[in-house]
Amino acid sequence: MIVAALPAALTVFFASLVPEIAAGQVLRWAVPWIPGLDIEFSFLADGLSLLFSLLISGIGVVVMVYAAAYMQGYPQVGRFFIIMTLFMLSMLGAVLADNVLTLFVFWELTTLTSYFLIGFTHETATSRAAALQALLVTGIGGLAMLAGLVLLGLVGDSYELSVLRASGVDVTADPLYGAILVLVLLGAFAKSAQFPFHFWLPNAMAAPTPVSAYLHSATMVKLGIYLMARMQPLLGGTEAWLLTLTIVGGITAVMSSVWSLRQTDLKQLLAYTTVMGLGTLTLFLGLGTEAATTAAIAFLIIHCFYKATLFLAVGAIDHATHTRDRDALSGLARVMPLTFGIALAAGLSMAGVPPFLGFIGKELMYEAAVTAPSAAWLVAGAALAANALMIAAAGLVALQPFVGRARDWPQPPHDPPVAMWIGPIVLAIAGLVLGLAPHLIDQRVIAPAVAAVAGHDPHLHLKLWHGFNLPLLLSVVTVAAGIGLYVGRERVRCWLGTAERLIPGSAERAYDHALAGLKRLAAWQTALLQHGQLRGYLTTIFGTMIVLIAAASLRGGVWPTDADLTDAPAFAWFASALIIAGSVITIITRYRLAAICALGAVGIGTAILFVSHGAVDVALTQLLVDTLFVVLLAVALLKLPSFWDLRHRETGLRVGAAAIAVAVGSLMTMVLLVIVSVPLDRRLTAYFESNSVPLAHGHNIVNVILVDFRALDTLGEISVVAVAGLAAYALIKLRPRRDPTHQSQGRSAADQSATG
Amino acid sequence: MEALLAITVGAMTAAGVYLMLSWNMMRFLFGLVVIGNAANLAILTVGRHYGPAPPLVPDGQTAPAELVANALPQALILTAIVISFGILAFTVVLLYRAYEEMGTISGDDMRVAEPRPQPDQSTVGS
Repeated sequence: MIVAALPAALTVFFASLVPEIAAGQVLRWAVPWIPGLDIEFSFLADGLSLLFSLLISGIGVVVMVYAAAYMQGYPQVGRFFIIMTLFMLSMLGAVLADNVLTLFVFWELTTLTSYFLIGFTHETATSRAAALQALLVTGIGGLAMLAGLVLLGLVGDSYELSVLRASGVDVTADPLYGAILVLVLLGAFAKSAQFPFHFWLPNAMAAPTPVSAYLHSATMVKLGIYLMARMQPLLGGTEAWLLTLTIVGGITAVMSSVWSLRQTDLKQLLAYTTVMGLGTLTLFLGLGTEAATTAAIAFLIIHCFYKATLFLAVGAIDHATHTRDRDALSGLARVMPLTFGIALAAGLSMAGVPPFLGFIGKELMYEAAVTAPSAAWLVAGAALAANALMIAAAGLVALQPFVGRARDWPQPPHDPPVAMWIGPIVLAIAGLVLGLAPHLIDQRVIAPAVAAVAGHDPHLHLKLWHGFNLPLLLSVVTVAAGIGLYVGRERVRCWLGTAERLIPGSAERAYDHALAGLKRLAAWQTALLQHGQLRGYLTTIFGTMIVLIAAASLRGGVWPTDADLTDAPAFAWFASALIIAGSVITIITRYRLAAICALGAVGIGTAILFVSHGAVDVALTQLLVDTLFVVLLAVALLKLPSFWDLRHRETGLRVGAAAIAVAVGSLMTMVLLVIVSVPLDRRLTAYFESNSVPLAHGHNIVNVILVDFRALDTLGEISVVAVAGLAAYALIKLRPRRDPTHQSQGRSAADQSATG
Repeated sequence: MEALLAITVGAMTAAGVYLMLSWNMMRFLFGLVVIGNAANLAILTVGRHYGPAPPLVPDGQTAPAELVANALPQALILTAIVISFGILAFTVVLLYRAYEEMGTISGDDMRVAEPRPQPDQSTVGS
């Protein structure tokens, strides 16, 4: 129960803000976040964000209390409540954010925490797949949204939503409006499971039921709705906005309510009706009239109440009978009367039957539909079809499992413990009380939220009885059609089963293909690039070098102008000849010792060239190192197989390797000739020459550079050599203990270290 | 002088690259030696040729009297020589130990860290 304390405290806090906000005040709180980029960590409470905050924290209390009982017996319950709490706080952050980048951060935090919640039973593969699907679909949508929000910030010259609205900048007239609209709506549609991104939501039912009740009634999926409502003053009112939202929302609402009747799993069924609710909200937010916004806000509250209740009731059924299959459930009213009462009350609100709050919502919808600016009959038709199907779906969840013949249960089901019915019953009663007395919320909560979207105070007055008018007629038609669909539910299911087989593809299959394709691409490119062959890697490196240098030369048109060979003294020619001869012998010889000697010759030739350049110290070092290395190589390589033994492995000249080698060598020559054809900037050398004696009291300039001016470099150099030496020592001394001799060596070493 | 050096460096680089592209790790090591020397000579070439006078300041003076060799590339090369010696010594030991452990000096056959892709590797849908 302690876990419900935070949401309860937050609910009380947000409720205490209601009078202020209802009076038209806006509360803002901000701290600088990235001052260099003018980004603030800012929050704002107006009617819309307060309504969402109340729903998030209020439903949060109910779900937390419920989960405390429901989650008993699950492993890692502590983690569950921590993630749930983090998720709730992320949701609150997202709906209260004023800065669009703050909004994005919290938006993606909800994506991340919902990933952990949907995949909470991570031992099952379906849970993991569903969680990943939700993460990818909503996460990629979120990235699109970020791009849209950044563009919006550039166009409006501010990242603060309040500033953008107050400045009166007309985003819809900007050339970037189309891009902003598409990107922002992609994020909203993915989050709120609009067609064609709807498929992740039913799959997310793999989560424990309290998660489903919370994420898919009041929170996660409503975030897209919140974004659309929030953006309507900035992006709405255009033909593009109207058409996109009404068409996508209409398709989503009708399609998902049709498919909901096909489901036998009660949670799946509820998931599809949630998608329907989201589609309806999108549809009405698209219309943009005051009546439509009022209908959307009212339906938002209604949907939260009844959907959370029904999810929790289904959880209670699942808890008691260990099944959610509606074909396997009947006659539960006798053994679970309390659950039946709760589910029936929520179901009637969902069906829009008076005097429940749902009825008022439906009347508002029809009123908004018939007064829609364009295509009023299409909107009304879509709303009517979706609502009629909703009545049938409500019957399937709230009526069918409870009526009919009683079954023989192995363990008789019973109503859940008090923690699992107290919250749902409060929500169910609220749906009834608010239906009877809508004045309790219409001016305090709904009107400020509508005002935040519409930009002016609405003239709304919610009541049950509107008189005999067109919306009432539509309501009667809806109820009649809904009852008809419920009675003929089995036939409808058969038809839908046939229809399902006729549909060739689906968005989910496209998602599966895309995911499998991505994995194949990753495997292919890994096999291509990470093939594990040193020669291949080197070919890639040298090939890239050839392409880059050649491309740069061709583009820049830099070619060596003259190559004067006449000024070279005879001994330089001799050294060069020695080097080239040594290199060639290294390549063609089949004797290891000959190759090593040839390498020594290359080193000596190099040393001669150093001397010719006045680099006496360098030449000395080169000779020393060269000698040392030849000895080392000779000792080590004699333990390796000779070339002769391996000769059959490499016959003749390897043409490909030779071509690469010649290309790299020629480019090297060319680059050097280009470099020496431009004058040398000797300033740095001049500085060292004139300061060696005065500053460092050394007459050998090279030495002074090494040990004084660039002493830190030399320290690094020494460290490299020390590390290489240590590593070589470790390679020789530390061997995997496989055979007895090595084992005894290791043990004696260990003994020594123990005694020493 | 620079032109001759540029051509020599190019030839050394070509020989080094060719050796490094061998399947035989011993020849790869030889290529590493040659290409290392080529790099040092390249630095020398870029520093220009000022005759054989070493960069020393005569006693009693604060700067070289006449034009001496460029000291900066010499300092860089000295560092490079020592580091490349360390790396080469390590590589020799590594090659020796690799041969002991894997019984081959063919780079193509050293597949402990990166095994050859299996024929059924393309089935990644699971």
